[in-house]
Amino acid sequence: MTAQPDVTPDVIHDIGYRHYDGPRLGRAYARRSLYSQSLRGAYGLGRSAKSKVLPMILFAVMCAPAAIIVAVAIGTSMTKLPVEYTRYAIIMQAVISLFLAAQAPQSVSLDLRFKVTPLYFSRPIERIDYVAAKFAALATALFALTAIPVAILYVGALLAKFDFGSQTAGFAKALVAELLLSLLYAGLGLLIAALTPRRGFGVAAIIAVFTLSYGAVSSVQAVASVQGNPGAIGWLGLFSPITLIDGVQTWWLGSTSSYVDAAGPDSALAGVVFLVVLLAVIGGSFGLLMRRYRKVGLS
Amino acid sequence: MAYATNVGVVTVIATEGLTKRYPRVTALDRLTVDIKTGVTGLVGANGAGKSTLIKILLGLSPATEGGAKVLGLDVATEGAAIRAGVGYMPEHDCLPPDVSATELVVHMARMSGMPPTAARERTADTLRHVGLYEERYRPIGGYSTGMKQRVKLAQALVHDPKLVLLDEPTNGLDPVGRDEMLGLIRRVHTDFGISVLVTSHLLGELERTSDHIVVIDGGTLLRADSTSDFTQATAALAVEVTDSEEQLLEKLTAAGLTAHSDGRLLLVDIAGDETYDTVRDAVAELGVGLVRMEQRRHRIAEIFRGESHDSAA
Repeated sequence: MTAQPDVTPDVIHDIGYRHYDGPRLGRAYARRSLYSQSLRGAYGLGRSAKSKVLPMILFAVMCAPAAIIVAVAIGTSMTKLPVEYTRYAIIMQAVISLFLAAQAPQSVSLDLRFKVTPLYFSRPIERIDYVAAKFAALATALFALTAIPVAILYVGALLAKFDFGSQTAGFAKALVAELLLSLLYAGLGLLIAALTPRRGFGVAAIIAVFTLSYGAVSSVQAVASVQGNPGAIGWLGLFSPITLIDGVQTWWLGSTSSYVDAAGPDSALAGVVFLVVLLAVIGGSFGLLMRRYRKVGLS
Repeated sequence: MAYATNVGVVTVIATEGLTKRYPRVTALDRLTVDIKTGVTGLVGANGAGKSTLIKILLGLSPATEGGAKVLGLDVATEGAAIRAGVGYMPEHDCLPPDVSATELVVHMARMSGMPPTAARERTADTLRHVGLYEERYRPIGGYSTGMKQRVKLAQALVHDPKLVLLDEPTNGLDPVGRDEMLGLIRRVHTDFGISVLVTSHLLGELERTSDHIVVIDGGTLLRADSTSDFTQATAALAVEVTDSEEQLLEKLTAAGLTAHSDGRLLLVDIAGDETYDTVRDAVAELGVGLVRMEQRRHRIAEIFRGESHDSAA
């Protein structure tokens, strides 16, 4: 045996630096990791207990009416649900806006305010990876918020033995509408939030944009209704996020409009314009976010 | 010096006529410099072009003219590959206060492509190496400046890069924290085998830490040399005694040392380790009190000033 005691002063070598020669998984993996971290973050998972409170309450508030409707539908002798699947998100729009106002700034403002972005951009991931991961994560969080209550309605409808074909068709349409809504809301919410490193401003600005635009559009629509101008009611719907979604689903998915007098887009042309505007706003907000982050860089 | 016998010495950063012009200012002006493995200090006043150089080296900002290679990769076309093998510690605060050091560093390891398990293991190792222990589970918001700097260093090291770029890592630290950070930076090379480019606007603090010093001013290269070359010419011992400075000066000169007085101090050129013994013996023979005996600081500063005059002349 050689002299073992000699090893003792070198104890530090046991915890010495070890090089890493395992796999390095590249951009797609980093993007996925950022996506899942941001998605979990939108519901406060992996963050402090305090940051779970609001998203979880809002999620519960979104689901509660659906659960009540289902309970009533099963307990009584209804033949169909009292609310259309596509209508649910429109009715609950205030909750969705609140969730967006709370979580979009959470997702991007902190990185800007505390200048964390240089830590990302000094790694192999690119600007588009960061923006795409944040966008997709918030859209997924919103989709979960809007689609799960509708799924509760659907399961309830099946348990109540409503007509399977029509229920499934209605549910599928609602999923499409909610996907579009999630992309639209995520894009606008992130864009507004990314403009300011102050989270409070971001929250206030998102609430203002969503509620004021809806309030303005609804009141002008009401005026148009009084003046007997149904065409104008439809076109006015272009100017706020939720009425834009309503217009698209009324024309494309055949749901009942929640506009004044149920006057959705009044022609095929109007419907196409609604869909084009919706897609342009989603694409535009992604493009503007990319521009916003070009300036951020390392500084 | 040790690096001269180190067979592993290769170029990690090479710039060739590197120029960066902004609309109103030229940040880098035909900078050509070769940086080898080891610890290299990049010295320059604020606005000398240090941060601009780092941005270009990371492939995040295109050069106006000229080019640069990092780890043999072209900054213009292989930025992502460079950033995979390089760690970067920003100058300013970059830490979110509501997450713990562990959470942040694990996340950043994953952003560098490390699989989940490896990211957690490397994070635990790296945080321990930079000297963060139990506190690593607490939110960063409650950390001292010194701890935050360690977290910033840890996130730059977690993916085991071959080179780290540290932008003003001692900024905002008190003298003790500064020394600890400099010691840590030294270890990044000696113990971890990772090359370091460290910037500072303080000329004195890099000489003990760095193998090489690159001085830039106004975006141009003022001087690039090994630290020993820098300091050899003026390596001096400052000696202060309670009395009889003149007799001491005579004695030292008689012993073959070059010395001159500077106010109450005697500046003795260091010829080797025996110089210290000679001074000690001379002081003892005179029977006077030795107030202090220390290596002169800011030697690089003096050279820097000298060079400026030379280049201006």
